[in-house]
Amino acid sequence: MSSDIAVVAFAQTHHTGEDSGLSEVELLAPVITDVKEQTGLTRFGFTCSGSLDYLAGAPFSFVSALDAVGAWPPISESHVEMDAAWALYEAWVRLRHGDIDTALVYGFGKSSQVRRADGESGLPELMTLQLDPYYLAPLGLDQVSMAALQARAYLELGHKEDDLRAVAARSRAAGRANPYALDLPDPGDDDYEIAPLRPHDCAPVTDGAAVIVLATGDKARELCERPAWIRGADHRIEAHSLGARDLARSESAALAGEKAGVRDVEVAELHAQFSHEELILREALGLGDDVRVNPSGGPLAANPVMATGLIRVGEAAGWIHRGEAGRTLAHASYGPCLQSNLVCMMEA
Amino acid sequence: MGEACAVIGVGQTHYRSRRNDVSIAGLVREAALRALEDAGLTFKDIDAVVVGKAPDLFEGVMMPEAYLADALGARGKPMMRVHTAGSVGGSTALVAAGLVQGGVHDRVLVVAWEKQSESNATWALSTHPPLTPSLVVGAGGYFAPHIRAYMRRTGCPDHIGTLVAVKDRQNALKNPYAHLRIEGISREMVEATPMLWEPIRYLETCPSSDGAAAMVLASESAARQAPNPPAWVHGAAMRSEPIFFAGRDTVNPQAGKDCAADVYSQAGITDPRRDLDCAEVYVPFSWYEPMWLENLGFCGDGEGWKLTESGATALDGDIPWNASGGVLSSNPIGASGLIRFAEAAQQVRGLAGDHQVDGARRALGHAYGGGAQFYAMWVVGSARP
Amino acid sequence: MPRSNSLTADHSLAFPGGYTRSVGPVIGRFLTELRDGRLVGVRTAAGGVLFPPVEYDADGEPVTEEFVEVGPDCTVGTYAWVPRPRPDHPLDRPFAWALITPDGADTAMLHVLDLGVFDLGAKPPKTLRAGLRVRPKWRAERTGTIGDIECFRPGVTAINAPVRADYRLSAGQALSRFLGGIAEGRILGHRCGVCGKVYVPMKGMCPVDGVPTTEEVEVPGTGTVTTFAVNNIPDPRAPEVPFVSAYVLLDGADIAMVALVAGIPAGEVRMGMRVRAVWRPREEWGQTMANIRWFEPVDEPDVPFDEIKDYL
Repeated sequence: MSSDIAVVAFAQTHHTGEDSGLSEVELLAPVITDVKEQTGLTRFGFTCSGSLDYLAGAPFSFVSALDAVGAWPPISESHVEMDAAWALYEAWVRLRHGDIDTALVYGFGKSSQVRRADGESGLPELMTLQLDPYYLAPLGLDQVSMAALQARAYLELGHKEDDLRAVAARSRAAGRANPYALDLPDPGDDDYEIAPLRPHDCAPVTDGAAVIVLATGDKARELCERPAWIRGADHRIEAHSLGARDLARSESAALAGEKAGVRDVEVAELHAQFSHEELILREALGLGDDVRVNPSGGPLAANPVMATGLIRVGEAAGWIHRGEAGRTLAHASYGPCLQSNLVCMMEA
Repeated sequence: MGEACAVIGVGQTHYRSRRNDVSIAGLVREAALRALEDAGLTFKDIDAVVVGKAPDLFEGVMMPEAYLADALGARGKPMMRVHTAGSVGGSTALVAAGLVQGGVHDRVLVVAWEKQSESNATWALSTHPPLTPSLVVGAGGYFAPHIRAYMRRTGCPDHIGTLVAVKDRQNALKNPYAHLRIEGISREMVEATPMLWEPIRYLETCPSSDGAAAMVLASESAARQAPNPPAWVHGAAMRSEPIFFAGRDTVNPQAGKDCAADVYSQAGITDPRRDLDCAEVYVPFSWYEPMWLENLGFCGDGEGWKLTESGATALDGDIPWNASGGVLSSNPIGASGLIRFAEAAQQVRGLAGDHQVDGARRALGHAYGGGAQFYAMWVVGSARP
Repeated sequence: MPRSNSLTADHSLAFPGGYTRSVGPVIGRFLTELRDGRLVGVRTAAGGVLFPPVEYDADGEPVTEEFVEVGPDCTVGTYAWVPRPRPDHPLDRPFAWALITPDGADTAMLHVLDLGVFDLGAKPPKTLRAGLRVRPKWRAERTGTIGDIECFRPGVTAINAPVRADYRLSAGQALSRFLGGIAEGRILGHRCGVCGKVYVPMKGMCPVDGVPTTEEVEVPGTGTVTTFAVNNIPDPRAPEVPFVSAYVLLDGADIAMVALVAGIPAGEVRMGMRVRAVWRPREEWGQTMANIRWFEPVDEPDVPFDEIKDYL
């Protein structure tokens, strides 16, 4: 049993808001090469990835991705049909067994390929394919409308739309300072996308990939000057039906945070795809005004679906790698309106 | 391998072409509730839920575990979803076992399922996207050339595939959950069916099934409280290799050999034919029995077909393979691997019913997927390792 | 023996305006309830529930005055499938007549069973069986006749769920270059700088070494069948059934590609057979592998098994 497990390397693509003409595996290969060079490793004790067939428009989207890894001789490998943050969780659990000392984790997604017949992004519709197939999916919902229901519930507690705009403005400004995120202008006077959400409250369509290397104990210290030690990792899901939960709060995020041992956070990277989600998550995780939230710009500045959550871990670890923070938090989410939430606490 | 882990509950649905009598949630609950009952537990006792299935295109529900959270009692718990192609049922069991072996949880519910009748297996497994560099063929078209290569390489007679098709369906007659239960199944009956993808005949292929299977996996302390005998995990391994690369041995893939070597080493197995009492191995086309006998080291290269022909893998042979009837008799793809793992567990628990292998104490569960490139295996035993 | 010398004339026997029937208290109660969208039976002296209710039971004993709501779930007993309805039939497409027993009743009534839309002459659907669970489909405007139930139909057991996602897929650099070559009648690959193997089509990286590949290699359209399947399931891309899909190892390549083989009876295709690409007419070419229609045999000796055994 090994419980000293750290993030020792992270790489991500320069994310794009449109199709850059690279296939998924071509997006992925350079970032995998990058972490191999950072660590000097070419083989890993375990490999795990997160991706989504429906994003690629074909079954088994993870099969060709294996070409980017160099899976020869054969490797010990698995895949989750979830954000790659859950692949990281699986790898973290695997490393705890104690018989291996490194793991490679990656995620990738090209949301730009999801295109309605009229040329608009079909991502909001696509994301509703994960809804209850009897009572919800046939309604013709979209992801933004679902999120707007939650935003309205949150505003009913007495919050203002300006609070949402402030989140978007801060995220976009931070994104412009982040070479990997999109260059998005300050929020303008756009009409509602779906009230109360405006376009700037919604994460942009993004293509990208990200890779993380985990290592245990001495191996981690050997590979990285300042490993980001994972002190707790947990994830929790709640009811699927929106009518069965208090939408203005995130019970599952609060529970995951408690189990992961959230305390004294200096920097938090939150998987908030809509601006109100950041505010709900801050409350659920008890993050006060002194915590720097999404200094990378977060998902509102770059949202390569299936890699977005993993990027939160990489970005939060980066503060420790650079010696700029002692305790950081990464969060990932999936399911409609933050149905499931993962929290990863890291320390220097 | 970490902490000890045991199977303390197994549940299966009846496998059918169409389980029109249930919704998706109804199907998975049927298996989950049976597993919980076997373990003497309720959903309340479960710490985490791991779900596995093959492509979401089968049901047209993307990441359906989100919708199934309530149906599987997962509210307030961790829930994960595994997808590793045909091997997914096995991988899902290993991810769930990993949570116990990693000391994270004491009782994990693992469920794998597929409701193939909601669309069409050929469509869901091989959509024909634009911009492909070569001919896209379905599973039969993909595997038939490799079977032909096996036959050429070993010089084996043509009827070996038929023997497996008959043997596994005879076993299925003893398994109340099996989908294909063909009374009076015989060589003549199999040989009378047409070649679909020569050298594969109709009755030498697996059916397309609806179904779910579930297990409760437990830590040692939790296993000690279980009402029924546990099956202890003695070894667990996964391996993957790329689907197309120069010099790849597609007939006898290295990833399968490496995975077996890993799991045997953990379990202290040096001669699998002697050290194991039975095996549940993913054989979707009958010819894969002799091929995997060699790949998994039950005999030397080129000898697999002789083992099959000798009757060694029959229920009354010295190393029964697929006493449950196997994938050839029931194939809800996402669940098929988990069924292999669960049936191996049932054998060493002594709970396999009419298809029980007498005195089984150690068994192999095996699954493979993709272009015979993804492998998941475990060895379970009646004794704590 | 028909006789043609007899005169004929059309005739109908119909009481103008239809008969007026009194229904009595028992049937009247039933039809009144029916008009309100409810099914009722009547309790017999023996304790059973007679449906549809009449004043007497099977033994001729009078029934009680207790009406019991039954259904709406019902079970089909025996049935008759009507593949070609007659003019007076209630539906103009195939349906079934069936004996239908509502839950809570002990006897059945005959009514119409609608199982959906079928072509005229259709065989009985598999869903039609004794024990099928059905419910009444009520007419919107009811008048108190047995026809207030338009028909019975099975409970909802499945819904149709159209699921569609649209994409604009990008081939990526390597595949775009490969298909660009195919559009010019050239078959391109990459040689890996580490292992030296030639990949056709190229992926832009070596799956074994996990490194990018850039050295372009053109290979000819000739090669060797390593192994193959004879497919007996029709495929629109194939010339006929059975057809052969084969692994073709192009000369100079280190990995076989899957392609159709034609121009030879399927039963004569061999491992080791030499083949060449058959291109479609140039004016039909696009950036697609379909430019190569299939491979056909060339008049060369087969390659010995030993020389291809490492490519299986």
